Amino acid sequence: MTSLPTAEERSGKKLGLVIDLDTCVGCHACAVSCKEWNTQGYSAPLTDVDAYGSDPLGAWLNRIHTYEVATVDDMPNRTVHFPRSCLHCEEPACVTVCPTGASYKRAEDGIVLVNPDTCIGCKLCSWACPYGAREYDPSHGVMKKCTLCVDRIYNEHLEPEARQPACVLACPAGARHYGDLGDPDSAVSKLVAQRDGYDLLPQSGYKPVNKYLPPRPRRTGVEDGAAAEPKVLEPIAKGDGSLSDRFFAWADQVLTR
Amino acid sequence: MGKAVKIETSPKTWDDIKHTTCYMCACRCGIKVYLKDGTVTYIEGNRDHPVNGGVLCGKGSAGIMQHYSPARLRSPLLRVGPRGSGEFRELEWEEALRLATTWLAQTRNEDPKKLAFFTGRDQSQSLTGFWAIQYGTPNYAAHGGFCSVNMAAAGLYTIGGSFWEFGEPDWENTKYFMLFGVAEEHSSNPLKKQLGKLKERGAKIVSINPVRSGYSAIADEWLGIRPGTDGLFVAALIHELLKSGNVDLDYLQRYANASWLVIDDPEGDEHGLFARDGEDNPLSFDKISQSLKSALLPDIAPALVGEFTLEDGRKAVPAFQLLSQRFLDEGYAPDAVSEHIGISAETVKRIAAELAHTAFKEEISLDIAWTDWAGRTHEKTTGRPVSMHAMRGISAHSNGFHTCRMIHILQVLLGTIDCPGGFRYKPPYPKQTPPWLKPSGKRSGNRLAEPLGGPHLGFPTGPEDLLVNPSGSAQRIDKAFSWEAPLAAHGLMHMVINNAAKADPYPIDVLFLYMANMAWNSSMNVSATLKNLTGTHPDTGEYVIPKVIYSDAYYSETVPYADLILPDTTYLERWDCISMLDRPISEPDSASDAIRHPVVQPDREVRPFQDVLIELGARLGLPEFSNDDGTPTYPGGYPDYLVNHERKPGVGPLTGYRGEDGQSYGVGAPNPEQLDRYIENGCFYQHHLRDEQRFYKHANRDYNDWAVEMGHRMLGDQIIFQLYLEPLQKFRLAAQGKGPDVVPHEHRQRVETYFDPLPIWHMPLEEELAGGEDYPLHAVTQRPMAMYHSWGSQNAWLRQIHGRNWVYVNAGRGEELGIADGDWIWITSAHGKVKAQAKLMDGVNRDTIWTWNAIGKRPGAWNLDPEAPEATKGFLLNHVISELLPERGGYRFSNSDPITGQAAWYDLRVRIEKAAPEEQGKTYPSFEPQKRAAGLRRPPEDVAFKGDKPGGGV
Repeated sequence: MTSLPTAEERSGKKLGLVIDLDTCVGCHACAVSCKEWNTQGYSAPLTDVDAYGSDPLGAWLNRIHTYEVATVDDMPNRTVHFPRSCLHCEEPACVTVCPTGASYKRAEDGIVLVNPDTCIGCKLCSWACPYGAREYDPSHGVMKKCTLCVDRIYNEHLEPEARQPACVLACPAGARHYGDLGDPDSAVSKLVAQRDGYDLLPQSGYKPVNKYLPPRPRRTGVEDGAAAEPKVLEPIAKGDGSLSDRFFAWADQVLTR
Repeated sequence: MGKAVKIETSPKTWDDIKHTTCYMCACRCGIKVYLKDGTVTYIEGNRDHPVNGGVLCGKGSAGIMQHYSPARLRSPLLRVGPRGSGEFRELEWEEALRLATTWLAQTRNEDPKKLAFFTGRDQSQSLTGFWAIQYGTPNYAAHGGFCSVNMAAAGLYTIGGSFWEFGEPDWENTKYFMLFGVAEEHSSNPLKKQLGKLKERGAKIVSINPVRSGYSAIADEWLGIRPGTDGLFVAALIHELLKSGNVDLDYLQRYANASWLVIDDPEGDEHGLFARDGEDNPLSFDKISQSLKSALLPDIAPALVGEFTLEDGRKAVPAFQLLSQRFLDEGYAPDAVSEHIGISAETVKRIAAELAHTAFKEEISLDIAWTDWAGRTHEKTTGRPVSMHAMRGISAHSNGFHTCRMIHILQVLLGTIDCPGGFRYKPPYPKQTPPWLKPSGKRSGNRLAEPLGGPHLGFPTGPEDLLVNPSGSAQRIDKAFSWEAPLAAHGLMHMVINNAAKADPYPIDVLFLYMANMAWNSSMNVSATLKNLTGTHPDTGEYVIPKVIYSDAYYSETVPYADLILPDTTYLERWDCISMLDRPISEPDSASDAIRHPVVQPDREVRPFQDVLIELGARLGLPEFSNDDGTPTYPGGYPDYLVNHERKPGVGPLTGYRGEDGQSYGVGAPNPEQLDRYIENGCFYQHHLRDEQRFYKHANRDYNDWAVEMGHRMLGDQIIFQLYLEPLQKFRLAAQGKGPDVVPHEHRQRVETYFDPLPIWHMPLEEELAGGEDYPLHAVTQRPMAMYHSWGSQNAWLRQIHGRNWVYVNAGRGEELGIADGDWIWITSAHGKVKAQAKLMDGVNRDTIWTWNAIGKRPGAWNLDPEAPEATKGFLLNHVISELLPERGGYRFSNSDPITGQAAWYDLRVRIEKAAPEEQGKTYPSFEPQKRAAGLRRPPEDVAFKGDKPGGGV
């Protein structure tokens, strides 16, 4: 068993991601960028077993799933793309279950990490995580997971605007946001408030830091947010005769250039 | 406890960062390549770059694995076994170049047209085309004919620009955005980036697409249209807008040929052509002076409807009247089309109402003054904030040219072209409608070994511009610009191997290919293509296509079918140019071009194809590539050419940092330091337009004067949208026997039918000839998100995401057919059958099945395990697509659009049925595994990349 930082020890900072399911197009840009950065940083390497063979299988810290969601209330049947990675829970069972202390939650920013030097690869943490966010690297016998790019966000060798997780910088659709969810005035906290961001599996009590923004209501009319009544354009009423005749009468205007 | 663990949060895993341009797909994003000890360790987007602004797609990030792929060729190869055997001998470059030179010189001396040079997904067409001009063969094109020539041609003939590289929505201001037939990955980063912003801003997005994936999944409204019927949908929208008077008449009379008078003289030779005055100006009827006037005058009030009498007594009517009559027809009413297109009439009517509302009730006005072509200054710039984008789902049908024209005409009717909130041109567009460039290469006698008079590809405006013999037969090997495909502005690369194997219209000596997988996923009917590549003369046993030279960086399926392989580098190892002479990376408000430069050096005997081509040009003594004394013109290869080549005085491949002092833009003397300046600037140059040049470019004096100054246009006059496309009528008249041109018998009815100067919707040709109850379903493809363009199969990371494809079937339809998730099913067309594993989904049109293209691989190709899922479970629909249509009137036409020759991939019709229990588990057809080529090593089993160079293998 590994203990979590106490309330006193915690800084109040809760670094995490806000993922927008409204704009995620499921392109895997975040997943590949994550793999690319993290295969050589803190988590190095993220091994690909049988890389050119019949059953290639590698360790990824972020994966994208695509689902079709049935019609619910006024939301029609839709396709949703769902990126999945560690949520850096406030009460992470993956940490408390760890027999060696290898899994831990940082007091200073809330990031959940695995210490590869003390991880024995027992996989208890992956069983404990209800979100399936941990990946076992068979070639190294240790567990790997999203580090929130802990080796980027504080990296003094990077330009300040680049000190963000690789996935956030790469995301073409702007569907990923990074910041301090412990600060109610942060941009990410405001975004969550404004867009009704939600927790995954709140009933489990792990209090994930990462939030998901639900798809916006789809609109069938041009009025913002409203499903407008079906509309039809009225035919030109002026004049007599066939539709063509009426149209030509309407179009017979003096239009100067 | 672990809490106290001290970790390194500032590691520096690189020692250098170099900027260049991505080439993992066609978007040409700016990238920053991190290097350590000369090894590529990380690739990220360049925040300052005009294309991607810092973001990067999955393919772009996976560039490392592309670069360090075990499928990369290692040295030139000479075939030693039979074609297809994969038996090669490694060559030194000198021997390879000498051999290529011998073959090419012999052909050039005998008959240069016997070289067919087709360059695939080439981003250096201004070089490769120029080389082919100097060689003197008329047989050159890149891959546009099997990609999206319908979009380019229909756009350029109609509005002088088109979607994607030619223009894009005004992302900042548009309020209503329609996507037609845009695959889930198209225009990868730029489109995704802007869709995210549109959603944030609350603009409405409507996607018209048979499949609800990718962009369609996040649209406000997904309309799951039946493939090939988009033209009917757009026609119904136009019908509703006309019927209700929701068209911008003022915009039409100013900027379109709406008022131009069309001769109504059914028996005469000029029926359907524009009435013109003595100076060849088209005529309009001026309502102020009540007389016929040149339609090009700025101070008339031209009639858009009515019937007028010409001086010679013939009748004429405005083009707009003919267009209106066409679309007011009840056959195009929503109620008439809805069942066929699979979208309810109510929805079509509502979309029309939304378009009208947004265009006419939500007009935008910007405080930007601009001056029109006639010198009149407008204090404000007004716009109708409706925008559209269309791509492969429109273009890859045999009715795609007309459908694309209809989409542009819909935009013109709404007054949304190049205005705030609408569709906007990217420099150097717009150009004349169509651009003043005719296809070169017409041969009357046996002029040997001379350069062509101009570029191969152009825009015919009548039968006199075709490349045909006096009998009407084709002069090009792909039959581009013949009666088979008169407006084939990008050639027909997909027909080259088939035609050459039949010696139709003539045999060739050398087939020279670059960067296109023609023995696999870039060809229709793969089995026949392989037979064509291996076919021999019964008498001599010689190959019918005697010599095949191919340049590729990887061991693709096409490599074993070539005789001489000239291995290319990766995009990180070479110079390249994204040129204003070709397809630049401009944005609506700025003109931009870009370069690539070698950020790493090759570790093997490979050379950049462009360097090789320039060297071959010198060895062959081609005029622009060798000096009079026989020395090479560009001894420094491609970078030398990029800096020093001048297409006309002061105009070269790159626009930035010209002039001896490097201070000139666009026109200026070569600057020896030009490439250094580009590298310092992140490998691109961006020239910002002035505010008054930004909008209404088709009629904007300041913009057009600039375009002339830069050499983008010859004259700065107004560009007029062609609602009525007179060149098509010229072809139609010829087919009716009017005029001097001989139209071969088998083409007459077809040309007369499809060369309608007004847009029409017609049933896709395969559906007409082989649809019906036997083949009740459409079958279409798209590329997956992380595999935009298809060079990714050997990529260790990407193949974990998309290592095999499925056939997706509408859930309701699948259940009716007794097909469940995971079943293997037969997909049968009139041409053949393929076996694939099914998945059911709700988000696909009921009459449509679809899959990802170019995932299926031949066993052993790309240096993958022959049991790789790409080969055992992945499949291609190409096997069931015929390159020829079923016979009609004693002739089999190419499976292409009859106007442009665009490959009609998406016309495919099939039926599906569950495979028998013993047939489950593996795809069909199966091919012999491709033998590992000389020099290739067995790939490593595991890859544990940590910034070092991964496994060279054993």
